[in-house]
Amino acid sequence: MSDNILEMRHITKTFPGVKALQDVSLAVRRGEIHAICGENGAGKSTLMKVLSGVHPTGSYDGEIVFDGKPVHFRGINDSEANGIVIIHQELALVPYLSVAENIFLGNERRGAGGLIDWNRTNADAAELLASVGLRENPVTPIIQLGVGKQQLVEIAKALSKQVRLLILDEPTAALNDIDSAHLLELLRRLRSEGVTCIMISHKLNEITAIADSTTVIRDGRTVETLDMSSGEATQDRIIRGMVGRDLSSFYPDRVSEPGEEVLRIEDWTVRHPTQDRLVVDGANLNVRAGEVVGIAGLMGAGRTELAMSVFGRSYGRGVTGRLLVRGKQVRARSVAEAIENGIAYATEDRKRFGLNLIDDVRRNISAAALGKLARLGWVNGNEEIKVAEDGRRDMNIKAPSVMSVVGKLSGGNQQKVVLSKWLFTDPDVLILDEPTRGIDVGAKFEIYTIINRLVADGRAVILISSELPELLGMCDRIYTLAAGRITGEVPVGEATQENLMELMTKDREVAR
Amino acid sequence: MTTTKPSATPQRPSSDDTPAAALHTGTSDPRTLILGNLRQSGIYVALVVIVALFAVLTDGVSLSPGNITNIVLQYSYILVLAIGMVIVIIGGHIDLSVGSVVALTGAVSAVLVIRQGQPWWIGVLAALAVGIAVGAWHGFWVAYAGIPAFIVTLAGMLLFRGLTLRVLDNISLSPFPAEYQRVAAGFLNGLIGGQGYDAFTLLIGAVAVAGYAVSVFRTRLARIRYQQPVESFPLFVARVLLVGAVIMYFAWQLAHARGLPIVLIILAVLVLVYGLVTRRTVFGRRVYAIGGNLSAATLSGVKVRTVNFWMFVNMGFLAAVAGVIYSSRSNGAQPAAGNMFELDAIAAAFIGGAAVTGGVGTVVGAMVGGLIMAVMSNGMQLMGVDQSTQSVVKGLVLLVAVAFDVYNKRRAGQAR
Repeated sequence: MSDNILEMRHITKTFPGVKALQDVSLAVRRGEIHAICGENGAGKSTLMKVLSGVHPTGSYDGEIVFDGKPVHFRGINDSEANGIVIIHQELALVPYLSVAENIFLGNERRGAGGLIDWNRTNADAAELLASVGLRENPVTPIIQLGVGKQQLVEIAKALSKQVRLLILDEPTAALNDIDSAHLLELLRRLRSEGVTCIMISHKLNEITAIADSTTVIRDGRTVETLDMSSGEATQDRIIRGMVGRDLSSFYPDRVSEPGEEVLRIEDWTVRHPTQDRLVVDGANLNVRAGEVVGIAGLMGAGRTELAMSVFGRSYGRGVTGRLLVRGKQVRARSVAEAIENGIAYATEDRKRFGLNLIDDVRRNISAAALGKLARLGWVNGNEEIKVAEDGRRDMNIKAPSVMSVVGKLSGGNQQKVVLSKWLFTDPDVLILDEPTRGIDVGAKFEIYTIINRLVADGRAVILISSELPELLGMCDRIYTLAAGRITGEVPVGEATQENLMELMTKDREVAR
Repeated sequence: MTTTKPSATPQRPSSDDTPAAALHTGTSDPRTLILGNLRQSGIYVALVVIVALFAVLTDGVSLSPGNITNIVLQYSYILVLAIGMVIVIIGGHIDLSVGSVVALTGAVSAVLVIRQGQPWWIGVLAALAVGIAVGAWHGFWVAYAGIPAFIVTLAGMLLFRGLTLRVLDNISLSPFPAEYQRVAAGFLNGLIGGQGYDAFTLLIGAVAVAGYAVSVFRTRLARIRYQQPVESFPLFVARVLLVGAVIMYFAWQLAHARGLPIVLIILAVLVLVYGLVTRRTVFGRRVYAIGGNLSAATLSGVKVRTVNFWMFVNMGFLAAVAGVIYSSRSNGAQPAAGNMFELDAIAAAFIGGAAVTGGVGTVVGAMVGGLIMAVMSNGMQLMGVDQSTQSVVKGLVLLVAVAFDVYNKRRAGQAR
């Protein structure tokens, strides 16, 4: 028996309608770096939330044994009291507070009378910063630090809580290469000091460079745990574990007859709106009429950012590159201009960015092309109803009437309203960002059928998806995106989940 | 040893694709129509109850011809402000400056007409120009500089109050010449005669009823042609008759007092125009879209800045209209004019069903909300209730109205 600091046994966690985790077991040895891999939505984050008490005891089935004792965490305070600290992908720092204040937030260094002892706070913070190799003044506001340094502050904060098990959720997703290398170096040092670490990561080269063991999770189940020092643990093996599921015959057939090129981007580069890094780096891609082109990429690869920057620069700053529609370079510096040039973009988060949930079906459908229904600024309400009714019929939107409030429809029907809205703008190319996320199987099939109908009408579709089977089932060609760079273009005939995943995780080499 | 309790997570029904109600075709059940529009119909009911309540409490004085005329004259400028305010609120903003703008526009007009002896229409045009300029100022800061409207208009409230004092040199100006007083405080009376009543007022009332009937009938026909649900025919007729009766009663009472107030004509035109603007124009629809979901509107190609800018320009214009009406009615300009008007206008919009988070509200609703406040204030004044109690009651009514709105929304959210 090896010395396990943590054992999670037979964890099952159910959300309404979905089994997020099914009989997952995880054993972490004392003092190791343990990587967890899996596709988006495989259940990695849910597992960590169960471990850290975000999902409290009683909301899941199974057993957690920490340091030889069964534990029942009712909240994140319980797990932290045991020395389990989780650092989320979205950093939880308060931008206008100082580094020291952030480190001791909720855990303030107090002096006489319960007042905060600022000297001790700043001195302790300086010590912690030194231990993570960050040379910054503790009174510096967080907002003045880059993301890489903020990540280090998070780790310093964890160390201040006497951390024994540190959980990092995609720690390098938002970091540039140099910061990533720094972070990995720090993790190695912490390991030598006896801190156990669980790291969720999509970057296989990092995992092979740093992890002692790797657990692969797929569809809420543990696939296997690999000992990285043994010869069997190759990137290929991990990829196979991550994707190895059947490609169901779930995608409607389509005869592919690509026509002329509709959209092309050249040397497309996008900077992060607030941070100094490239989110999209010199991307080239094109799509032809009657063609479905996929974009595959893991979380943080820059898929949505690429699409939104093309759609009237609605994301990022310092966008450079050429955008050509039907061979002619076009200016699309605003959403309105993009729509005029025949580009439509259906967002991945339809509730936040796609729909006015408190308004009805009719007005959501007309929203993007209201000008077509208006003369001299006056909307023809009857024509609008007709357009909405057409959309409701063509898309088979299940709503009591076009006057129904969109917020009360199911996810699939909401997505059909979004598609109707964009179809009414009569676009040449539709960029569909995760069009089937969060909708049930039947509605997915309907969305696929609609996509096929769109390309049969001679439109072009760019399909962004986290589900590789969906891309393989729907697309003619698939581009892979990793860390903002297009790492491959694969005709669907040659594409497999394995070779796509390999391209999606292809990053610049990390020093061992 | 199992250490966890069974999952307590509630299970949802397997599919939520089935629509809650059956498909509507042709006519629909009046109950669903009423209940479905509880948020709107609720305030009509409240208005009727309050009118009836004060009619009883004041032994019918509150419904006397003279008092009805008074209510119109006394609260018209609040209603004008409420039109602009509800649009700003639907867009997800607020305007705290309108009271000061009412004072400033009235002051500019008074200085030109009273102190410099310019004709009345110069004063009116100058006031409107100043109001539009103020609106453009606010619009610039909100739309293009990205400062929250709360801050911009709070600054404007102080700024334009200060400018009012400057323009007036800290003293009140009065009186206006008779023509200027007529602008908003005058009556159309005796144009076509009548014995002890004004036939012209009744004629206008009848024209309004006829216009309303034709308009709703045409809407109904169009809806049927586009196969949309409409209320059953007897219910439709009952609604038209009821509205017609209310308008004719109102006209009858006015005709037995001093005739048709000019300010009522101004107000009616504004309500009609802005009702159409909010419901039927691209601009109006953009306002709802922005207030309902700013991100979705932006990603649908809505030029958010332009819409926000014109929203405030319009508010400035309507504040100037209210400023002219107020100065005309009070027959002068005072440094403290329009104090707290913004709060009355905001209250009217919220009582009328506008949502605090934006995206919801109607001009007609704001008018009803404003009337509820007006009838309450007026009724309590008739009863001799002191100022302190009046303020307490108005405050509670506002709170209850918005609490009702929030409750309704939460229920709607759970119904999903």
